[in-house]
Amino acid sequence: MGAARYMEKDALPAWLEAVGKSRLVLAPRLQGKSTAFLPFDPSKGVSLKGLATASPKHALIPRHETLMEYQYTKTDQIPPRTGLEVRELIPDQPVLVFGARPCDARGFTVLDRVYDAGAKRDIYYCARRDKTVVATLACTEPADTCFCTRVGGGPDDATGSDIMVTELDQRYILEAVTPRGEAFLLEQQLPDASEFAAKAQACRDAVRAAMPEGESLLDAPDKVEALFNEMPFWDEIAAKCLSCGACSYLCPTCYCFNITDEPKGNKGVRVRSWDNCMSFQFTLEGSGHNPRATKSHRMRNRVGHKFCYYPTLHGGALSCVGCGRCIAHCPVSMDIRSIVSKALVYEKAPKEHTNV
Amino acid sequence: MASRLEELKAAVRKALPDLDVVIAWAAGPNSLEHTPLFITSEAEIDLMTWDPRCSQNLAGYLPGLRGKKVGIVAKGCDARSITELLQEKLIDRGQLTIFGLHCQGAADPEKIRAVAGCGNEVESAEIADGKLTIVSRKGTCAIGLENGLLAKCFRCTGADAQPCDQFIGEHGAPPALTDAPETALDRLEAMGMEERFRFWEEQMSQCIRCYACRSACPLCVCQDHCAAQSREPHWVDQTDHPREKLMFQAMHALHTAGRCTECGECERACPVGLPIMTMKLALNRQIKTLFDYEAGIDPEKTPPLFQFRETEEHIKERKW
Repeated sequence: MGAARYMEKDALPAWLEAVGKSRLVLAPRLQGKSTAFLPFDPSKGVSLKGLATASPKHALIPRHETLMEYQYTKTDQIPPRTGLEVRELIPDQPVLVFGARPCDARGFTVLDRVYDAGAKRDIYYCARRDKTVVATLACTEPADTCFCTRVGGGPDDATGSDIMVTELDQRYILEAVTPRGEAFLLEQQLPDASEFAAKAQACRDAVRAAMPEGESLLDAPDKVEALFNEMPFWDEIAAKCLSCGACSYLCPTCYCFNITDEPKGNKGVRVRSWDNCMSFQFTLEGSGHNPRATKSHRMRNRVGHKFCYYPTLHGGALSCVGCGRCIAHCPVSMDIRSIVSKALVYEKAPKEHTNV
Repeated sequence: MASRLEELKAAVRKALPDLDVVIAWAAGPNSLEHTPLFITSEAEIDLMTWDPRCSQNLAGYLPGLRGKKVGIVAKGCDARSITELLQEKLIDRGQLTIFGLHCQGAADPEKIRAVAGCGNEVESAEIADGKLTIVSRKGTCAIGLENGLLAKCFRCTGADAQPCDQFIGEHGAPPALTDAPETALDRLEAMGMEERFRFWEEQMSQCIRCYACRSACPLCVCQDHCAAQSREPHWVDQTDHPREKLMFQAMHALHTAGRCTECGECERACPVGLPIMTMKLALNRQIKTLFDYEAGIDPEKTPPLFQFRETEEHIKERKW
């Protein structure tokens, strides 16, 4: 590991305020009844207890963003000709995400594989990613719904983080993980923490050792794929699903979007906004046909994408980081862990019985 | 409580052979809130549970199961939704078997979590002698009902499921609750128009637009064909602006005006805890004043906005 710095816990708000002068600071804040990563406001503070209700993925893929502005013009010629002016809006705001959890940061790498994929680079995403520093707070008290260790992560996992923050008594120890994190940390007026690095490591190791055990879900791809045509399985799983988008929108790895032109007279904007595969409209075709007409088909897609299609395309990496938000905040308490566990042991009905 | 559950299980076991599915509750991953259970085989009956944690209204699943023979376990307020669905002919009484219960009150996970040490790994929840007793691995705590029940319990119009085909246990009165907490509607009514607007702007800025409120609403029957998601006409744009999200809430409230039974599913489902039933409560007050009508109470009545009368008793337009 590279540079290490520390600060007293009490000094955090002042530090975030100082950082906020040169970049947008997104940190968890309790707002009403939920916690979300919001622009840091010294008068409102931060809320670093547990896992925020919503993930910080909007730092890289905002709930909605204007991709471009357009305007139709008419020339004075007779007959007049219609012209079109288009202006793209590339983000250039530097950002610090402070207080992401290891699952959240790992989620950013799930997005990277899609939006920053060699020749297929999404310029909007990459512009944000290059200017975003992710400072992740190692976990100390996993919730009932946490299962990061079953999907390849952990309460101390540094994947996707630029800086790892560890709580050590009354201090935060900040350790650089990437060159971007190193450069950012060296700019900060904070005392050196090299002497605490070993202690911080021991702290993180202790939390990892205390994580409840559970079967690994890394081998799910083949089992989930084998169930593709097993609709009775998905019908049973999806019976109680309401087909809302709470799971997808709170998820740190769901990255699907919709694109809409929002016109106002001769002007307008092209908007990219979050979309989710639990919605009927997600695959509704112009003809009126919908290949995923029922919630069972849509549930199969959600689970299949995370535990089969994505890992098949991306070297085995799941697109689930085990944060458990979809379990904790589902209106009907769907549990993706138990769905995948069921898939792992599901025995297909013999063919001759399927039509009975 | 346990004997009620056994009685309920026995009734379901007896009826199941003639039904396609029975909708009940089972323990789920959240130990403060039970999850829906769809029973299609006898083995699943043993997963059933019944206690104050059965807060979800299961009636919302009924329109989607039309055409099947469905059994449903219902509390008093759930039965109001069923009545309203029957009034609107969205479900068929002949296909439905209702297992009715007397509800002592539905637990509010959020309120209980706010009481220290009561939120995690809950093993049982029981209401007796005006207290909600929560037993968790960390210990036992008894909470006054005012501090442990959902806001809708303060407006309970009947704790016994009615209509029902089989009533389990004994009939009883709604939970005795005093000191109803101040609601968002109370606060809004004390505000001026500008302040109300700012209130909604702030609330809607937190909305993630997941439509859980709509998906959970037993009376939102358009579901997959919601006007909020139509591209043509484009009533609501796709930006994250509070204005658009408030527009959707206004649509939801107006589409359920005079139909909403105040079951609270919209607020229970909201992952960020917004007070979105408030608009529906406000409209219901108007409906009560104008038409002297409450949704889901009398199966023989026609909802006021489903009919046209030349003169309305409480609307004196000729005297304007």
